[in-house]
Formats: sequence, structure tokens, C-alpha cells
Amino acid sequence: MATTEDTIGRTKKINLTRSARTPFRSYFDFFMTFLTGAFTILTIVPLVALVWDVVRQGIDRLGIQSFTELPPPPGLEEGGFGNAILGTLITLGIAAAISVPFGVLAAIYLSEFGRGTRIAYGVKFATNVLAGIPAILAGLFAYTVVVLTTGGFSAFAGGVALSVVMIPIVVRATEEGLLLVPQEMRQAAVGVGATNFQSISRIVVPAALPSIATAVTLALARAGGEAAPLLFTALNNNFWSTDIWQPIATLPVLIYFYAIIPYEAQKEIAWAAALVLLGIILIVSISSRLLARQRL
Amino acid sequence: MNSDTINTPNSTSSNTTQEAILRAENVSVTYGSFQALRGVTLDIPKNQVVAFIGPSGCGKSTLIRCFNRLNDLIPGTKVGGKVTYQGVDIYGDKVDPVQVRRRIGMVFQKPNPFPKSIYDNIAFGAKINGYKKSEMDEIVERSLRQAALWEEVKDKLKESGLSLSGGQQQRLCIARTVAIEPDVVLMDEPASALDPISTRKVEELIQELKENYTIVIVTHNMQQATRVADLTAFFNAEAEEGGKRFGYLVEYNKTEAIFNNPKEEYTRQYVSGRFG
Ligand SMILES: Nc1ncnc2c1ncn2[C@@H]1O[C@H](COP(=O)(O)OP(=O)(O)OP(=O)(O)O)[C@@H](O)[C@H]1O
Ligand SMILES: [Mg+2]
Repeated sequence: MATTEDTIGRTKKINLTRSARTPFRSYFDFFMTFLTGAFTILTIVPLVALVWDVVRQGIDRLGIQSFTELPPPPGLEEGGFGNAILGTLITLGIAAAISVPFGVLAAIYLSEFGRGTRIAYGVKFATNVLAGIPAILAGLFAYTVVVLTTGGFSAFAGGVALSVVMIPIVVRATEEGLLLVPQEMRQAAVGVGATNFQSISRIVVPAALPSIATAVTLALARAGGEAAPLLFTALNNNFWSTDIWQPIATLPVLIYFYAIIPYEAQKEIAWAAALVLLGIILIVSISSRLLARQRL
Repeated sequence: MNSDTINTPNSTSSNTTQEAILRAENVSVTYGSFQALRGVTLDIPKNQVVAFIGPSGCGKSTLIRCFNRLNDLIPGTKVGGKVTYQGVDIYGDKVDPVQVRRRIGMVFQKPNPFPKSIYDNIAFGAKINGYKKSEMDEIVERSLRQAALWEEVKDKLKESGLSLSGGQQQRLCIARTVAIEPDVVLMDEPASALDPISTRKVEELIQELKENYTIVIVTHNMQQATRVADLTAFFNAEAEEGGKRFGYLVEYNKTEAIFNNPKEEYTRQYVSGRFG
């Protein structure tokens, strides 16, 4: 312990040990730390329980035939759901092909050209509203715009529905990524004689590439698990299909149908399909995290 | 414009042959409704080093950004008066700011290399300015040598520019600027983030660059101004009625005149460290 004199001459004891705190402060501190820790753990319980349950119920039925065979007709045991895995990849591919260019270009406009303008404000508001719209309405939209005009359910219609789910996520996350690129970077590019376009395409967008990749994978993970928008767009298909103008099977829809029919084999397939879906989403999410970490 | 106003340097022996490459005539800058700079008139003679000094917030960076139209990037900025480069009004209707910036380069206060390799940091500007791919290796080496960085980085040109130290980054930014061979190099406190050794290197570089370039340097370091600058402009900020502050040019003259024999009282106080 030391004593000092402050400016008006009072002496002051200096105590840097823990005993300087009142006991109440110490207990309160401990209690709050404990509380926040406990609730943090509680939030991961549902995730762990869900993963555990899906793995437990789905692992038995999972095998090589899950990926290579068609679902069995009611009453039979053998078979897999390879067509639904393929269908999920195809619809996601279509959705990405639509939402990535739209979303990324919109985000570039918002952050690079339209900053502070009314149009940008309107577009931002619209994407926020779109992000809050229930996924089933995205399906309804694709139903009216694609299914009714092309005359039938199709993988393409499913892709359009999923792209509506993806676009707001891509726009928001990409815009955030672009805004993180320091203003100095744009000044430097323009300072060496770059045009606005050169500065954006050669400096700003490459610098934001990790965030754009994250945005896309995030959106894919979200859309990959949606059944509602696919129910009346991509519908379902009991056979292999790669024709984007035909109905197609997808994992979420397959799970939805098989979970409610009273055959044991189909229920098991639904669990295995859930496990595969979880695996796909996990892989996509983890790769998005890895991409995000590769910042320069 | 009368060249004998107090804002133009006194024409004496060495300067008489130098024509002004850059000229600010009654330049005022407002950010939104805030007037940052008022009525600045000065000439930047060719192949000279001109230092801008003055207290923080007096508009030095603002003025330097007028010379290559970088203020265009700040929304709500208005530049009044006239800025000419070799007699051409750079804010004229037909002028392309991109062309202006290719002739008038800039080194920023904070080192800001691109998130690319050291090589590409320099090649980017050179490429977009039309230098050929086949000349690129040569341009990279030449400009890195000019910026006194070549020896330190010649074995790691493929590494990220961001992996360099702050002082090396700043010299990389200088190399990037000289690579495109501008006429004028604007430097906004280029050494403020550097250690004394890097600072020395940058100052030596400025002396060398002077042969081929005209240099405008903003600095808070008086010794630096006396070491590198031929001419020095002193700016100040003044509060008018209602408390609004605006910056203006107080005195512009040969460096030794500013430091040893200033005409204005404000200048005398500032250079002797009594205010600011
Ligand atoms: N982008 C901007 N928007 C609004 N006001 C600005 C902006 N940039 C500068 N200003 C204002 O203009 C005035 C002059 O700023 P400027 O950056 O030119 O000063 P400076 O002389 O370079 O100062 P320093 O020595 O601290 O760098 C300041 O009052 C500042 O607040
Ligand atoms: Mg400044």
C-alpha cells in the first residue's frame, strides 16, 4: 500500500488488491458471470439435441444406397433417396444462378453508387421486407410467375422460389462486406487514375470477395432447408430427373412427405434424408466460415 | 491575377524561370453547409517542393485534395474559385477527373496499399494507365528503387502489400504513385506514421523526386518543412462571428523567409511553437 497526495493536498491510500471491493460487489460479479455462462450453454442445447437426435435416428438407414437408389414404393424396404439429393443440388444451383448475380449487383449499387440516395433507401427497405416474408409466400410467388405461365411444376420454378429466399440474404451480407472495404482503398484506386468501374471491379469487389462468398453460402444453407417454397413449385418426383422443366424431388419435400405416411421404411428414409440434409448444410456453413476467415 | 500579391512567392533569382504548374485562384471549399477553406490563392512552381503547414483543421488536406479532384469522392463537397493545372481549369466542364489524377498523383496520410501482392500494388496503376505488360517488371523495379524499398522487398514481390510494416507500406504507396510517372505528387503528411529512419528515407526520396516532379507536401513537422521544402505556405483557421471556423492562407513564401523572417504575426508565433 502506498500513499500519495492529490492536487489539493489530501493524502489518499492506494489499494490495488481485491479486498478493495465490497463483498456484495464480488458476489454479484460472480453471480452475473455464472448466469450469462449458464444461459450461453442453454442456447446451444437445442442445436446439440437436434443434431444428436437426427444422427441417432438416421445413421442406421444411411448407406451407399441412400445416394444411388430411388425411394422404395410403399410397403417395400430397400432403396435410398439419390434423386432427392440430386434434386436439391439442382434447385439450389438454379437458385444461386439467379440470386447471386442479382444480389451482388444490387449490393454493389447500394454501397458504391447509390449511397445515401432515395433509390438505395427504397431498395434497402424492400430487401428487408423481403427477408421477413414467410418462405411459403416465395413459393406462392414462383407458382404464379413460373408454374402458371409455363404450364407445370418444375425444378426451375423451385429454383426461382428459392432464389427469392436467397436474394435478400445475398444483398445484405454482400453490402455489409463492401461497406467494410475501407474508403481509403477507393481513394487509393481513384488516386492512381482508376475509373470508378476499375476501382470497383479490380479493387473493391476483390477485397470483399470473402464476404461475398460467405453471403452466398449463408443464403444457400438457408434455402437448402426450405420445404414450403418447393411444395407447389418443384413438387416431387419418384424418379431420377435432371430436366429443369419437370417436377423434381428434393430432400426437404421428401422428408415432409415421408414423415407423415404410416410406413416404417419411409420414416426411416426420412430420418436418413434429414441427416444428409443436415450434413449438406453443415458443410456449406462451415465452408462459409472458412471463406470468411480468409480475409487479407 | 497579379503575381505580386502576398500569396505568391517573391520572385527572386532561382524562381523567376519557374512557371506555375498548379495554381489556385480564390479557392473556397464547403462540406455541406460548412466552409472549410476560404479564398486561397497560390502558385505551385514546377519542380519545386512546396510545404503546407498550419494547425490541425485549417484545411491543408482539403486544399491538397482540390488539386487532383479527390474531393469529388466526398459527397456534399463544393469547390469554388479556380484550380488550374498548366493553365487548364481542372474543374472545367470538359475535364475528366480520371485524366487529372493520372497527371497529379497522391500519397495519403495513412498508408493504404491495395490488398494485393507488392508487385500488383504497383502494376495495378501502371496497367490501367496503359503501360505494357512487357514493361511491367521494369516499372515495378524502377519505382520500388525510387521509393528506396527495392532492397527490402525484391525477394518477396508476391507477398501481400499488407504484410509490410507501416513505413514500408508508405514507401510502397509512394512507389505506386511514382510508377505512373505523374507530373505532380501530392503528399498528405506522408511521414506522420513513420519512424525517424523511414521518415529520413522519405525525405531523401522527396529530394530525389524533385528532379522530375513537382511536390506538394502537408506536414506538421516544422523541421521536415525546413529540410525538404523550397517554399512554405502557412494556413490558419479563424472563427468568425457565430463561432464558425474556416481555414485560410496566411502567408506563402520561400521556406527560409517563413521560418526566419515571417511577415505575419500568426506565422511567427506558429513557427516558433507558441500556438497551434
Ligand atoms: N469529409 C468531410 N466532411 C465534412 N467536413 C470535413 C471533411 N473533411 C474535413 N472537414 C472539415 O474541414 C476542416 C478542414 O479539414 P482538413 O482535413 O482539411 O484539415 P487539415 O488542415 O488537413 O487538418 P489535419 O492537420 O488535422 O490533417 C475541418 O474543420 C474538418 O472538420
Ligand atoms: Mg489533414
